[in-house]
Amino acid sequence: MTTVRLPRLFLLPSQWLLGATVLAPLLVIAIYSLLTRGAYGGVTGPTTLGSYGRVFQPIYLYILWRSIWVAALSTVLCLILAFPLAFYIARAARNRTLLLNLVMLPFWTSFLVRTYAWMFLLRDTGLLNTTLQRLGLIHVPIPLLFNVGAVVLGLVYGYLPFMILPLYATLEKLDPSLLEAALDLGATPASAIWRVAVPLSRPGILAGCALVFIPCLGAYLTPDLMGGGKTVMIGNLVQNQFTNARDWPFGAALSLVFLGLSGLVAVGLQRRGDQLL
Amino acid sequence: MRRFLPVYAKAIYAFLYLPLFTLSVFSFNNSKLALWSGFTTAWYGRLWSDRVLLEGTINSLVIAIVASSIATVAGTLAGYALWKRRSLWVTNALYLSLITPEIVTGVSLLALFQFLFHFLHWQLGLGSVILAHSGFCLAYAVIVVLARLRTLDPALEEAAADLGANDWEAFRYVTLPLLLPAVLAAGLLCFTVSFDDYVITSLVAGVDSETLPMVVYSMARKGVNPEVNAISVLITGGLGLLILLAGKLEGSSESSR
Repeated sequence: MTTVRLPRLFLLPSQWLLGATVLAPLLVIAIYSLLTRGAYGGVTGPTTLGSYGRVFQPIYLYILWRSIWVAALSTVLCLILAFPLAFYIARAARNRTLLLNLVMLPFWTSFLVRTYAWMFLLRDTGLLNTTLQRLGLIHVPIPLLFNVGAVVLGLVYGYLPFMILPLYATLEKLDPSLLEAALDLGATPASAIWRVAVPLSRPGILAGCALVFIPCLGAYLTPDLMGGGKTVMIGNLVQNQFTNARDWPFGAALSLVFLGLSGLVAVGLQRRGDQLL
Repeated sequence: MRRFLPVYAKAIYAFLYLPLFTLSVFSFNNSKLALWSGFTTAWYGRLWSDRVLLEGTINSLVIAIVASSIATVAGTLAGYALWKRRSLWVTNALYLSLITPEIVTGVSLLALFQFLFHFLHWQLGLGSVILAHSGFCLAYAVIVVLARLRTLDPALEEAAADLGANDWEAFRYVTLPLLLPAVLAAGLLCFTVSFDDYVITSLVAGVDSETLPMVVYSMARKGVNPEVNAISVLITGGLGLLILLAGKLEGSSESSR
């Protein structure tokens, strides 16, 4: 019967595409991670677990740790900034879709351009420093760019919409009479939000944290451009192994540990919410 | 609280839009410095004579059009198939492609390509970039199409079957027309994601396939340059329009229910 055949046939192109661009590359990386670095880059025998051992050397653990806390700090800042706005949109009398789309619109335009926009504002010859100097408020440019703070700013700016969206989704479903009840019982507005709205929007908070933390942990462009290569995160370390350092086995091992870490966070934070796939 | 929230919301919207707004203002600045000294459209005029920039734009357009077409066709078919019956490995592979850090996707594709080059007479170029882009766009296409399918009534296809349509005809003449706005929205979304990618592209591109984001990246590293401001404004405007269009299509497919 054709009932079974059509879906199976329809899956074929995607199966090939996924096999070629997701599974095969990971398989190659897995094999490379067990080999030894060749004399001219590339890989050669014998097989070894040495590359995985190197991932846990102090210098690399330090970079891993920095990536985790930079991503965590950016996530917490996103949560603090996003919650009141999501609450506001969810409670807005009208134009909710418009307000939400206004949040998402910059996200879908170029990430690179948005990063460049901040570089234009912050660099030594950028708008802020030039203006302050012209006004005579400072004489030497303030180093606003190329530090950890700039990286966190870039990440918060880049991924804030990812936090607002799931928060809005849960807050919108929140029954307003619960907040009214809290107010009737003598709670201040702030404590009604803190003790009623926040606990009840836990699924949205978790989903938002996953959606922000995972890409922040994997950030490459932001630390590269806004950190100026001085704030190396794990993504930059991986890239370096495949380009300048030409140590493919170590880069491969690092990639797999990195992927495993992202996967763990995804599984850990992702509650059974709205199914995407 | 009632007074605080609207003010706060305005501040966040300002935070989101001010950098892009400032950038567009200064793309009309009559000076190479970040100091306002009169209005000019000279920087936009200069873009047309920048060969590297034009070639990058053409490459980006070709890659985005081909890759988003491949991803949208494959994603639509897969979305439909997954709607009919679950396929655990396809679903999991799609999730895997979503959670894999971009840089890992990039280096693993690079490793695969380099490995294949031992056996094939092939090298990094437009082909490898298009394959990579089709791969990471696929999940987005499936998500958009599947979201629309979940709002459809399965009874529609059953009715078609009762009236003598076979599976293909039910898909072709009943479901696909209803799905078309979502398919177009998926295509536009894939286009913007592909057009903007830097991280994966920079790893799998060859000498003949430098894309617009790669050109912008190397210009951005060098310092303040009003030409980059101008090209940034054009990119933002173009992609913004596409996204508004995609949103409208998705919205219309929901209201036509």
